[in-house]
Amino acid sequence: MGERPGLAGLSLRQLRYENKIFWRTPIAAFFTIFFPLMFLLLFSALFGDEVIEIPGRETFSVAQFYAPALAAFAAGSATYTNLGVQTAFARDQGILKRFRGAPLPTSAFMIGKISSGIWIAFLASALMLAVGAVFYDVSIEPERLPAALITFLLGAGCFAGLGMALGALAPTGEGSPAIANATYLPLAFASDVFIAIGEPPVWLRVIGDVFPLKHFVNAFQDAFNPLTDDLAFRPTDWAVMATWGLFGALIAWRFFAWQPRESGPSARRPAD
Amino acid sequence: MSAIEVRGLVKYYGEVRAVDGVDLTIEAGEVFALLGPNGAGKTTTVEILEGHRDRDAGDVEVLGFDPADENREFRERIGIVLQSTSIIPELSVREIIDLFGAMYPKPRKTVEVIEIVGLTEKADARIKTLSGGQVRRVDLALGIVGDPDLIFLDEPTTGFDPSARRNSWSLIQNLRSLGKTILLTTHYMDEAQNLADRVAVIAGGVIVAQGTPDTLGGRAAGAARVTFRKPEAAADIPEPFRVEADRDGLISVQVDNPTTALHRLTEWAVRRGIDLEGLAVTRPSLEDVYLSITEEVDGG
Repeated sequence: MGERPGLAGLSLRQLRYENKIFWRTPIAAFFTIFFPLMFLLLFSALFGDEVIEIPGRETFSVAQFYAPALAAFAAGSATYTNLGVQTAFARDQGILKRFRGAPLPTSAFMIGKISSGIWIAFLASALMLAVGAVFYDVSIEPERLPAALITFLLGAGCFAGLGMALGALAPTGEGSPAIANATYLPLAFASDVFIAIGEPPVWLRVIGDVFPLKHFVNAFQDAFNPLTDDLAFRPTDWAVMATWGLFGALIAWRFFAWQPRESGPSARRPAD
Repeated sequence: MSAIEVRGLVKYYGEVRAVDGVDLTIEAGEVFALLGPNGAGKTTTVEILEGHRDRDAGDVEVLGFDPADENREFRERIGIVLQSTSIIPELSVREIIDLFGAMYPKPRKTVEVIEIVGLTEKADARIKTLSGGQVRRVDLALGIVGDPDLIFLDEPTTGFDPSARRNSWSLIQNLRSLGKTILLTTHYMDEAQNLADRVAVIAGGVIVAQGTPDTLGGRAAGAARVTFRKPEAAADIPEPFRVEADRDGLISVQVDNPTTALHRLTEWAVRRGIDLEGLAVTRPSLEDVYLSITEEVDGG
């Protein structure tokens, strides 16, 4: 018997494989990476002339606020939408079943998948901030980068957990993008991603407060907000994200299936 | 030690007993073919043995493991060639075999596996650009890359052209000569005849017949078909051959005791000085036996 491959090596292989699949699926790469970037270009074109003047300090472009918000939005969609949709499709196509029949530990599969989602989220966020910094004068302050990183990891981790829950619960792969968009996009409107509403109606504010995206967006914005005076550590927001992430992971744990889901009692029987 | 030992296996789908008390013993190093019509319980049985499905009752031991336990060592020692399951379309042949090979403690070399299944020229082609038969060969490759002791082949050559089938057959014969145990399901009787040491017929969720391809359902003993061209003077031809000839002028009769029947026939012919043209005694083919067994089950 040869050496049994270790967990770290297998997880890394899975991560590289998941990444490869992502980049070879142009539609996923487009919606995850470039779609949020389009919002930044659009908003800046619309509000580009507006600057925010703070008495006694410098002036800032609106992108200083939009870029981090959209970076958080992109990170959430890179994890939630991508992982959820990919998982549901892979299950329907029998790809998960194939992994199940091989000696791949479940942990290596999950680590590979989730870390790939977080890595792509990182690229999407970093690209957003870089474009903001280069073209729209977004300033990045080093002393608040630790807080930005913690917020990012908790936010991306949270939506990775929720994405795995989506993948487990979606009845079919075909239907999963609709479910992902119907849940994530409206939530984005309630979560200060697109427009900072001065006086939002109470119900909208409550929805934003209950779900994790607004906490992700606000905490991440604070880490780049020139008006913030502290280091932008936001334990309350972090706690909300961590709770939702764990909740998603539990749902995924409970309902995850490796086998293609056959609908209806008669169809559950294989046609051998 | 037996590679597979199954006693009283039962699986329900809702109210339907899809598998209704299957007993099966497959010895190590054997090529065993499981035959049966659609919906007979073949794939369900095989998927339970692979660990892909739960059972409702019965004892199952595969290589000494209970496949229902999620055991990594068990999965290291089996290879599964699934039926109608897609392979990650964005990867190349080489990449997917590398990926799966790396999961096993003692994998075969990727280049070697690609060569065995005859895809050397397609090694760097993405799965989505391959033909159906080529994808099926990637399936085979993934089933053997871990160099397993036991290989499940669920309809491995469905959709193959004749030469690809022959190649797969010789691959399976190679695996057998390496001492691997193979459980095969198939619709093709010639495949079972050529490859299997033993076959079992499953119908209505139970094993209705079992034996070597040559003896299944009493093939070697008992009934045979005697055929010959009807002679011109055949008025007093002995029974049971006193029947109308078919369109081609042939008399073809199934007899339960061919030795006696032939003796009577040839004695009569020799006495009359008749040369029986086209005289042939044929055993029922595996397909004849299979059809008569499964029709009985359908009828009852």
